Amino acid sequence: MIQTQNLSKHFGKLCALNNVSVSLQKGKGVSLIGPNGSGKTTFIKCLLGMVIPDAGRICFNDQPILPDSWDYRKQIGYMPQIGRYPDNMRVRQVFDLMTDLRKDSHCGPLDEELIEEFGLKNSFDKPMRTLSGGTRQKVSACLAFLFDPAVLVLDEPTAGLDPLAAEALKAKVLCEQQKGKLVLMTSHILNDLEELTTDVMYLVEGDLLFFESVENILERTEETRFAKAIAKIMAQQGKIPPTPQRKTIAL
Amino acid sequence: MSILLRYIAYDILRNRMIIAYTLFLLLMSATMFSIESNPGKGLLNLLNIVLIVVPLVSIIFSTIHYYNSYEFIELLLAQPIPRKRLAFGQFLGVGIALSLAFLIGVGIPVLLTGFSAAALSLVLTGVFLTLIFVALAMLAAVRTRDKARGIGVALLLWFYFALLYNGIVLFLLFAFSEYPLERAVIAFVSFNPIDLGRILVMLHTDASALMGFTGAVMQQFFGSGAGVAYAIGIMLLWFVLPLWGSVRSFSRKDF
Repeated sequence: MIQTQNLSKHFGKLCALNNVSVSLQKGKGVSLIGPNGSGKTTFIKCLLGMVIPDAGRICFNDQPILPDSWDYRKQIGYMPQIGRYPDNMRVRQVFDLMTDLRKDSHCGPLDEELIEEFGLKNSFDKPMRTLSGGTRQKVSACLAFLFDPAVLVLDEPTAGLDPLAAEALKAKVLCEQQKGKLVLMTSHILNDLEELTTDVMYLVEGDLLFFESVENILERTEETRFAKAIAKIMAQQGKIPPTPQRKTIAL
Repeated sequence: MSILLRYIAYDILRNRMIIAYTLFLLLMSATMFSIESNPGKGLLNLLNIVLIVVPLVSIIFSTIHYYNSYEFIELLLAQPIPRKRLAFGQFLGVGIALSLAFLIGVGIPVLLTGFSAAALSLVLTGVFLTLIFVALAMLAAVRTRDKARGIGVALLLWFYFALLYNGIVLFLLFAFSEYPLERAVIAFVSFNPIDLGRILVMLHTDASALMGFTGAVMQQFFGSGAGVAYAIGIMLLWFVLPLWGSVRSFSRKDF
């Protein structure tokens, strides 16, 4: 669904992405993991056309993404890391604005499941500036799912959400993934990613150290828990151990 | 674009700073016309305030607004709309809201107290200056990542156009006072929209008689239809060029 080839991006001397080539398929839950400043957000922003890569290419459904192409974003729902909205807009107006902006590209019903789940309808008449950080995150999450997009890009989705809301969001992500959507997410809370991840992209200082399925990672690290396996890899500076040799015991 | 524009302008029109700006302009207009029995003189006093306050508020407000809506702009960038449409929507949202504030605060009182060529040119100048300084602010803000530096650049731009430029021109006029500089002054004026606005309004009032020989040359130039067309053309350039530059930078920028 999304392919990148030798994607590179520098900010001055800082190398945010270095020759990243991956292929992301439908129905997968891909987690972008890496230390702070490893290029996770830059990778996401390249996919969304917010950052223009220095070199390499990105294909969306086999169509290359150029700096001025925008049509492909009809199929992407994005939840940013920090959601800030115009102070004087009401929650209802933010939803109206997005619906108006995407009405040409989206026909069919809106997916308001998450709005119901979060009970956001009660806050619809409040101005955005009066909302707490968590409620703003809920608005961002609802907007990402509203248009039933084929690809979901979630940057730190559970940060700032209360446990109940985080669970509801995770359930929703899982449900969409099972419908065959591609979900790309970052988080530092590994436990939140555990149930949702099928593949892991591990970035360190712009380099893609590995892109592996969760089963492979568990097998190689000889762990049963995803969070522990990733912690083990992180402690070894991203070096994933080779597949252990199966010893056959001669009798 | 119209969708974005509607929501952005709606948000800004409810901004406290814009409401305070409108009330301030209204208060100034009312004061100037009530202390001066001659509407022509009131207009000149008001002109001096407009030429300082309108560019300052326009450039500072737009810069702050751009940085405050940075995260929202990022979210909008992830939506299926071209970047250019977003840039124009941002510019027009701020530009229209500030122009409306000016029209309510100065336009209505001025045109109510006496409709004249001078009054009309004051309103026109105010609207032009608003749009020009919003465009300059966009250019400065889009090209500067850091908020504090962006606001600094905006303040410097205002300082240059409102105060510094006049000093430089006066110095040149003084240094080359032996030479006939009347035509050169018209060129100098074209490089500063605030001065251009000032000349445009003053030439339509009685004050133009006090401006000496240079004034007479300007009267001859700007008094004609072609001169007014020239002034409006230059004002348009002052607004189109920074806007074009900022939309260009916006389209190629990394967010």
